[in-house]
This record gives sequence, structure tokens and C-alpha cells, in this order.
Amino acid sequence: MEANEHEHVIEVTDLRRVYGGGFEAVRGVDFSVRRGEIFALLGTNGAGKTSTVELLEGLAAPAGGRIRVLGHDPYTERAAVRPRTGVMLQEGGFPSELTVAETARMWAGCVSGARPELEVLTLVGLKTKTGVRVKQLSGGQRRRLDLALALLGDPEVLFLDEPTTGLDPEGRRETWELVSALRDRGTTVLLTTHYLEEAEFLADRLAIMHEGRIAVTGTPAEVTASEPSRISFELPEGYFVGDLPPLAELGVSDHTVDGRTVRLRTHELQRAATGLLVWAERAGVELHRLDVRSASLEEAFLGIAKEAAAGAAPTKEYAA
Amino acid sequence: MSTTVTTPMSRMTALARAELTLLGRTKGTLFAALFVPLVLPVSAREAAGEMDLAGAGLTIGTVVLPAAIGFSLLFAVYSALVGSLVARREELVLKRLRTGELRDGEILAGSALPAAATGLVQSLLLAAGCFVLLDMSAPPAVYLSVLGLLLGLVMCVGLATVTASFTRTSESAQVTPIPLMFLSVMASGMMVPLEILPEKVAAVCEFLPLTPVMTLVRGGFTGDLSAGEVLGAVAVAVAWTAFTVFAVRRWFRWEPRR
Repeated sequence: MEANEHEHVIEVTDLRRVYGGGFEAVRGVDFSVRRGEIFALLGTNGAGKTSTVELLEGLAAPAGGRIRVLGHDPYTERAAVRPRTGVMLQEGGFPSELTVAETARMWAGCVSGARPELEVLTLVGLKTKTGVRVKQLSGGQRRRLDLALALLGDPEVLFLDEPTTGLDPEGRRETWELVSALRDRGTTVLLTTHYLEEAEFLADRLAIMHEGRIAVTGTPAEVTASEPSRISFELPEGYFVGDLPPLAELGVSDHTVDGRTVRLRTHELQRAATGLLVWAERAGVELHRLDVRSASLEEAFLGIAKEAAAGAAPTKEYAA
Repeated sequence: MSTTVTTPMSRMTALARAELTLLGRTKGTLFAALFVPLVLPVSAREAAGEMDLAGAGLTIGTVVLPAAIGFSLLFAVYSALVGSLVARREELVLKRLRTGELRDGEILAGSALPAAATGLVQSLLLAAGCFVLLDMSAPPAVYLSVLGLLLGLVMCVGLATVTASFTRTSESAQVTPIPLMFLSVMASGMMVPLEILPEKVAAVCEFLPLTPVMTLVRGGFTGDLSAGEVLGAVAVAVAWTAFTVFAVRRWFRWEPRR
């Protein structure tokens, strides 16, 4: 198959989803995912991530808007899309009384071009668990089984809804490496997560959702670039904030004081940190608990939640 | 890389195989499905002994065997399938299956196959057993019995899926099949032949879902059904089956309510 680098494998336009009770879970979402890209949907619980992904998976018809997965509507043209996609739901979906091997065999019988079950179970580290009933698996092992089934048909597009929830740090890292390797082979991945480091590690591009809308979208670097970096430290005994050099001149945009702890926010981290350290050196004081960190997704994420809580949060979009 | 493409048949077979494994591991359902239809006909036989059967042109065999097949349809197919469908929905298995290549109808049909097969095999064994034990004579119109059984199997699968549509949890699945089972046992000619009921009551009972099944199964052994009676029974059975298809499309839930 000729893989066109710029081909949009997933295209979502003005997507809406309304539940039976009238609750509007998805309120006009737009994004697209290119072939071979990992796209992450972030957001707090209830932001609409799963509601969005379920529409992309074709489990329900949208209340409005348009979805194209591999050029087809995943709901009305199910038969054209399903053989080429792999889906990992947010939870479960396995009869508890079947063993791992029986579950995989059943699913393999329903997947075109299925790889040998044992090969996939080995890939996710469940080789030694084939005879174990699903009800006896740990939460993390069930996530791995779910991932194995999603990978059985060697899908072109993979939907992963919170793929590492319940995994220990090592298992999480293994899943990340597995998903990265799939991307390197050309698989397109759409994942939801509320682990920010997961999105930072995996995502080529991401969108942060809040209350059914996309608040910000871009590459992780673009999304974090607009966020301020942070410096925090404890004021030495006998010193007050007024004793510091004028903060505006150091490029500090705002500061807070909490007891003896000072927190600075700046878009010019090097300048602010240098100014502060030079001052401390000259004054002959030591800044205890000094912590200097550049902006991370966490900042962006918390910033959006705060902005949204305060009122209007216009969508920020970065040219990709 | 393998390029095997699945077909509806291969997908349903894979699903039915897993369901059969699960049926074997659900002891309660298995007991009710296999044991009850073998035991209850005995009580039907007791009851039949006290009725004026000869006056209605019936024998013990033509009362007990249809009743036994009716119990098999109700316990091994209808009630068992309500339980397994609701359990699969609660475990999000149905939702998971819908993310794959299986179509909705294939998921329901594949899930129903083991229950339907149990009902079929059990009915054939019951027929053979009654034939030997109750000294029944060769059925003059066995094709009617077979037709009735097949219609009954399809209809019970449909009715079970409709009942599952309105059953929220596995606990309620213990209760929701009871009304139809009770009604069928009492008024569809299973325990009490319609022939000995008052005419007006019997006329209403003709339209219950399992009545045409009982009529056809019994008719195969008595050989006294007119063409009109056969057509009428088939029409009622087909109408109920069509209703279940409509109801399932409209009301069946693939995910638990939250």
C-alpha cells in the first residue's frame, strides 16, 4: 500500500454528541490525524474524550458533524472501516469465565487477517497467562489483553481509550514502547489519556478537551510553549519579596508568596533564573528548596482548566 | 502475513464456540436448561392422567411430548438466553463485539446458537425418549412437528432478545423471563390442552406465542390438523417472530445504562 504522508486518516468536523437525557457531551469538535501519527486526546474526567472516541469507532451515530475514518463514515459504512481498525475500549468487554487463550481465539475468529494469537499475547507479555480465566487477571493484565485483541488484525488505525490505566510504571513504559514501534511501522494511533507524561512521550500532536470542546491543539512543544515556566524557592530569613530585584526586569510575569515560599512565573526562564541567582550570590544568601522548571503539559493542562472555570476559553490552534 | 477474510459464518462460529464454552461453565443455567425439561414432563404426565384425554382425541404421549418440548424451549432456549445476553451486556462484551467486524445481527445470532442447539438436541432426545417410554405410535405428519420445533426455536431466540432489551441486570434476568414462561405453561397448551378449555378462552390462547408451536408439534403426532389450522398456526408464529425482529431493532440495548 502506498502510504501518503499527508493523507488524513481521521477527519472530524464540527462533531457533536448528545445523550438520551439531553446532555451534550461533545460540542463541536474539529481535528484531523495524518497517517502514521499518534494523536492524543487529553482532558479531565467528563471532558468528552471517550464520547468522542466512541463516535470515531462507529459505536454510535453523531448528533451532528462529520467523521471520516480511512475515507469512510465509521457508523454507516461499518463494513468498509472495521477490518482496518483496532479498538481498545476504556474498560473490559471480556466474558469473565473465558481464559485468555479462549478470548483471543474467539476474537481472532472475528478479525480478517488475524495474526497468530500467541504471537500477539507474547507481544503484550501475556504468554504465560494463556490458561488463566479473565476474572483472575489483574486490571493491568486485562488492559494488556485488550491491547492484544486490538492488535490482532494488524490494523491501520488504532483507537486506544486510556490504554495504560491500571498498569504499573514498568508496564506503562512497555506499552508506550509498543505503541511507538507501531507508529514507526506506519500505524495511525488515536489515544485518550489523563496521564500527561503519556501524551508527552507518545503524541506527535494532541488536543486538550474541556467540557465537550477542544481548548487547545498542536504538538506538545507548541502547546507548552505558550505556557510560562516556573521558579520557586524559600525566602531566606530576614528577607522580603521587596528585597528581590524588580521582578518585571527579570522577565517575571507574575508571582505569589505563600508563607516563605515564593513562586514566579515567566516566559523568559533563563533570564529570570540568572537574575535571581546573581542576586542571591551577591547578597550571600542560599535559596532553599530552589526549583526551576520549564513549562510542561501539566501547566498547559491546569491553565486550561483554570481559564475555562473562569469563563470563556477560546480555542487555541497551532499550525501543524 | 495471512490474508484470511472473515465471513458472517466464520465470525458467528467463533462467537458461538465461545458462548458454548461459557454455557458449560455457568452451572446454574446449565442445570435449569438440561434438567428441568426432563423432570417437568413427569408432572405433566401426572396431570394428564387426571384429564379426559380420550374425549379430546389425545393420548398421554401427545400431551407429554409437546409439553416437554415446550419446557425445553422455555428453559434451555428462552430463559437461558435472556440470562446470557444480559450478562454479556453487563460485562461490556456486546459493546466490545460491536467494535469489530461482526454485524449486530451476527452478534445476536452467534450468541444464541448454543442455546438454540441445546433446545434442538434436547427436543429430539425427548421425542425419542417419549416414543420409547410411552409407546407412542409412528407420527403421521412428523414434518409438522419439525416445522413447529424450528419455528419455536427461532421465536424463542427472538423473544429472549426482546426480554433482554428490557432487563437491566443479571439479577433481574432471574425474574423477567417468568411472566412469559408462566403464561406459556398455563395457556399455550403445554400443561393444559386447549381442547379441554372453554371455547372463548381457547380462542384467545391461540394467539399466544408458544401456542402455534405446541399445536404444530402435537399435530404432527395426532395427524388431525386441517390445512387451515396449520396455516393459522404458522401465521401466528411468523407474526410473533416478525414482532421480535422489530422490537429488537427498536429497543435492544448494547450497553448497560449508567
